[in-house]
Amino acid sequence: MIDTDILVVGAGPAGLSAAAEAARHGARVTVVDENEKPGGQLFKQIHKFFGSRRHRAGVRGFDIGYALLDEVKSLGVEVMLDTVCYGIFPEGVGLVVSGKRDVLVEPRRIVLATGASENPLCFPGWTLPGVVGAGAVQTMINVHRVPVGERVLMVGSGNVGLIVSYQLLQSGAQVVGIVEALPKVGGYGVHAAKVRRAGVPIYTSHTVVSALPNSDNTRVKAAVIARLDENMSPIPGTEKELDVDTIAIAVGLTPMTELAFIAGAAFTYSGLLGGHIPLHDEDLMTTVEGLYVAGDVSGVEEASTALEEGRLAGVAAAASLGKIPEVEAEEKKREIRESLRDLRTGPFGDARARAKEEIVNEMAKRRGKRSA
Amino acid sequence: MKRISDHPILGPLPEAREVWITVDGERLQAREGEPILAALLAHGIHVQNISRKKKAPRGLFCGIGRCTGCVMTVDGVPNVRTCVTPVRDGMVIETQEGLGKWGDRK
Repeated sequence: MIDTDILVVGAGPAGLSAAAEAARHGARVTVVDENEKPGGQLFKQIHKFFGSRRHRAGVRGFDIGYALLDEVKSLGVEVMLDTVCYGIFPEGVGLVVSGKRDVLVEPRRIVLATGASENPLCFPGWTLPGVVGAGAVQTMINVHRVPVGERVLMVGSGNVGLIVSYQLLQSGAQVVGIVEALPKVGGYGVHAAKVRRAGVPIYTSHTVVSALPNSDNTRVKAAVIARLDENMSPIPGTEKELDVDTIAIAVGLTPMTELAFIAGAAFTYSGLLGGHIPLHDEDLMTTVEGLYVAGDVSGVEEASTALEEGRLAGVAAAASLGKIPEVEAEEKKREIRESLRDLRTGPFGDARARAKEEIVNEMAKRRGKRSA
Repeated sequence: MKRISDHPILGPLPEAREVWITVDGERLQAREGEPILAALLAHGIHVQNISRKKKAPRGLFCGIGRCTGCVMTVDGVPNVRTCVTPVRDGMVIETQEGLGKWGDRK
């Protein structure tokens, strides 16, 4: 029987920083992750982070990962890898620990930091080997150091599409182009400028219409792209065939919310934040008492926001157990929320700030109704 | 074998102990601890299974163990997610047909 105050599910940026913050205040914390290595998606982020210095701008993702791992280790957090959390039930939390089934944990608080998974895109040929998630490409080239293909078409010009395109160039692959369905580039101008300087064309108002197979139907041989009209329909006659062996898909992510669903948390929908999301308050607690969410599972954003949300959930969970004096806890939460507000500014951040605010408001309304 | 041996940010490829795996009867070299799928991609193997209904080849999509595009039969156990399962010396890996069959477990 694992005896712990706070169980954190997911050892990525949100989960590790939640664990560190809670452990720093004397809570006994256990982090579980189904992977054999901790860090979530941090170790494939080989670019420097954005924002202010307080948000670790200028530091590469993997360095943030190493620092966080050192921190949780020094704070005595137990990190259980190769451990799958398969459900949250009235009897406790169900784990499979290195293949050993039905290990039950009864933590006093739970922080879900399960992240998000990449969205596919449907078009003729979309299941061919060679049509891959952009994040998957990033894992293979940066973490495992193997090429996925030689000539790549990137679909989507958000930050993921732009950054992974640049990292493909760094890995020695050729990026034949980036298609973007909207009339303008989705991600930050600096990232777009970098790939453009390297000679990668960005086709705005374009999409991929099909992937053509090789002769034995085992891999992508070419991609057909076309211009889109104002209704997002491909314009006949504008098709163009690109000689590629890989089509990387960077069209957004969906929060991995299954555990919150099993636990009975109420959900809301936000297209901007990736889809169905557990309702949560400004402490990141869901409608299930003692169940918190942090990072992409509470709305898809960035690693920098995941780190701060993790801290917030960690402080809130530890404070709710009486580990932090109330005044100090409120002060800390205020400071982290302010930091999150700073991260959610600018043309991209403002919309996310509003979307997150709506979730908190909806939660408050729901609570008001209940107590009324 | 295709490896990204030199990288402008990550530097040279770190040393790793070599292990040997058997893929559809062929003995191939891999790096200890890497996922099966990474080793296969390094050898230019992009098809991991043939889908049940449409008999279409499938391979890597998500790389995080969610989509099951890359499942194979490993040591007689079908539907092993090769993107999140590390190689072990002596592993026997087979391209899977449909849902696969249970074989002799090693």
